[in-house]
Amino acid sequence: MSSRARQRSPLVLIILGSIGVVFFVMPFIGLLGRTPWRDLASLLGEEIVLDALTLSVVTSLAATLISALLGVPLAWLLARVEFPGRTLVRGVVLTPLVLPPVVGGAALLFALGRRGLLGEPLFDATGLVLPFSTWGVILATTFVAMPFLVITVEGALRNMDRRYEGAAATLGAGRWKVFWRVTIPMISPSLLSGLLLAWARAFGEFGATITFAGNLQGRTQTLPLAVFVSLESDRDVAIAISLLMVAVSLLVLVAMRDRWWRPT
Amino acid sequence: MSKAGHIFLSLALLLAIGSCSTNQAASDEIRVSAAASLSDSFEAMAVAFEAEHRGVEVVLNLAGSSTLREQILGGAPTDVFASANLSIMNEVADVGAVGGEIEVFAMNQLVIAVPAGNPGGIDGLEDLADDGLLVGVCATGVPCGDFAREALAKAGISAAIDTEEADVRALASKVAIGELDAAITYLTDVAGNAELEGVAIPAADNVVATYPIAVLADAPNPDGGAEFVAFVLSTAGRSILAAHGFELP
Repeated sequence: MSSRARQRSPLVLIILGSIGVVFFVMPFIGLLGRTPWRDLASLLGEEIVLDALTLSVVTSLAATLISALLGVPLAWLLARVEFPGRTLVRGVVLTPLVLPPVVGGAALLFALGRRGLLGEPLFDATGLVLPFSTWGVILATTFVAMPFLVITVEGALRNMDRRYEGAAATLGAGRWKVFWRVTIPMISPSLLSGLLLAWARAFGEFGATITFAGNLQGRTQTLPLAVFVSLESDRDVAIAISLLMVAVSLLVLVAMRDRWWRPT
Repeated sequence: MSKAGHIFLSLALLLAIGSCSTNQAASDEIRVSAAASLSDSFEAMAVAFEAEHRGVEVVLNLAGSSTLREQILGGAPTDVFASANLSIMNEVADVGAVGGEIEVFAMNQLVIAVPAGNPGGIDGLEDLADDGLLVGVCATGVPCGDFAREALAKAGISAAIDTEEADVRALASKVAIGELDAAITYLTDVAGNAELEGVAIPAADNVVATYPIAVLADAPNPDGGAEFVAFVLSTAGRSILAAHGFELP
């Protein structure tokens, strides 16, 4: 080690940081050590895996889309509009970040289940049953994923330099145009981070999904649920799916790293 | 601080972390992993056992038997394992993880659990083929799920299943709040639950679940574990099981 390098990073930080790295790398090595490499291709080709992969991709993207559609305006409300009880509203919106997902799933069931507060009139009027359906998966994952987008975008909206919006308005741009042409481009790195975080959370969602939407192959069984169920019946399949999830997550997170590091 | 000083500090810190993790299990604690269908009866069992053994705490870990098997085989410190079927206990025994004798202590049967008032109008297994009803079973690999499929196969019915739950308690609770019209659970899940009614499955289609219990080879507290197993097999233990609707060997 050169003396210059030592000046830059204290040894204690290097050692503790390395322990941190080992902490995260260790479980993956454990997973790789148990992977049935020879059968991996055929395991990944099993119907339960393909069904779950399709469902996970579709539902996590749908949840990200809904999060963007509702979450960005919600972040705007929290950042820019003064209204009574705003702190409380923000607290409620961000609660799923802290809440055990199972509790969120149960709460959704009590509200939107077939016998739920809102779910019962909905069922009586339309015959629509959200639990045990793919829509239920999207709803449950959106519930836990959207707060990640809201908290990221709200922070960006608060910290951005608002003089550009003012200038655009002075030059005659309408409110909607200012939002689309000035605000959104200015917060776009944070927006992308928020979208990515929301997607990642949706892709890995387990507790709220199994509680609210149940578990049925091809309809509500996403990759995390398939891992959990296979762990009980076919461990090799469970490990193959876990590996697939690690690969997809790593790929996305590494590909997005430039966006990730750059705050607004 | 010198470089050597830094290294010393880091090593000291590592040792401190290491010593925390050796986590000697106290002899006043007995860790029991029991099948989800034993939840109520083993909670009562733990209370009765603790009343007889002052200062001893029974720590219950309740989940699907197959989840418990994975935890035990993964090295989770456990004194006693009570499974909802023999094959899962045998899988644990096959790798040498069972220390003492395997004893069968209870039996159970399947029933169709429906919400109180039976809103789906379920009369028997054949109604579970109705696509318009919301029907649940336990997942494959979980004893109640394998038993349910066995019963459906015996009756020659292909059920229109809407969810495969990870354990029988999660399944029963979704019936209790009315989100499922019917589910195949154990008799003991319905017995004593005012929110649930049971629709009988005829003996010809039904399956008898056998519950084995054993002290584990790597038990941190094998003596405590053996005492707990003895209590489950005692007259007091048997009467608790009977009160919760189990049949006794």
